[in-house]
Amino acid sequence: MPKVTAVNNEILYYRFDVDGDNFTSAGEASVQTKRILRRVGFPPEAIKRVSIAMYEGEINMVIHASGGVAELYIEEDRVVIVLTDHGPGIENVELAMQEGYSTAPDNIRSLGFGAGMGLPNMKRYTDGMEIETKVGEGTKITMTVNV
Amino acid sequence: MTVRELTEQAGFRVLSMPDGEREIEGVYAGDLLSWVMGRASEGQAFVTIMTNINVLAVASLLDLSCVILSEDAEAPSEIIVSAEEKGINLLKTELPTYETCLLLGSLL
Repeated sequence: MPKVTAVNNEILYYRFDVDGDNFTSAGEASVQTKRILRRVGFPPEAIKRVSIAMYEGEINMVIHASGGVAELYIEEDRVVIVLTDHGPGIENVELAMQEGYSTAPDNIRSLGFGAGMGLPNMKRYTDGMEIETKVGEGTKITMTVNV
Repeated sequence: MTVRELTEQAGFRVLSMPDGEREIEGVYAGDLLSWVMGRASEGQAFVTIMTNINVLAVASLLDLSCVILSEDAEAPSEIIVSAEEKGINLLKTELPTYETCLLLGSLL
């Protein structure tokens, strides 16, 4: 289970470790997030957008960065997802944001990923997305979904 | 049409059917899961040859009505157990993807 902390009365905070060695368990954070948001009572459309964005982020961290951390901030009228990894960083963000562009290895494609849709999907399903990345150090992605 | 009705009329094999009364709202076919994630929509039947656990994550996150494994794709037993646990209808057919979609098109 994720660690849960009440940051203050207004915000719920959850932290998930994304295991980089276990490709098949990727998605656990998003499935749990979906469950949490249902419990909070958010509309299904917002829940779907948050969980898809988070899922793509999880998969990315497993494929490219040997895992990372996914954090979830649930506020009254929005959800903020912060994904942090210490992977190789993204060399060309503009290129990475293009549909169909992928640097995923071939073995990932045999599992159904590496279509070059991860980041574009994350952008499509959220209301705001910010990428901070440094080659050789890692990547931090902050996404916001308004409820 | 519900998933149960479709299964009977199409002669699909049932691997898991925790929610047979679920209404099918269209069809999406594809094997690149991120592509499917970005384009399939709620309530659709999802035709694929992929049989790893991520297929269930896609089905669950998008709230798809069922997953239909075409081309007689072999599903590992843990996928079937997991589908049952996650409430995902998982069906199977020996028909190739195109013929599966044709059949769905004629029935739905």
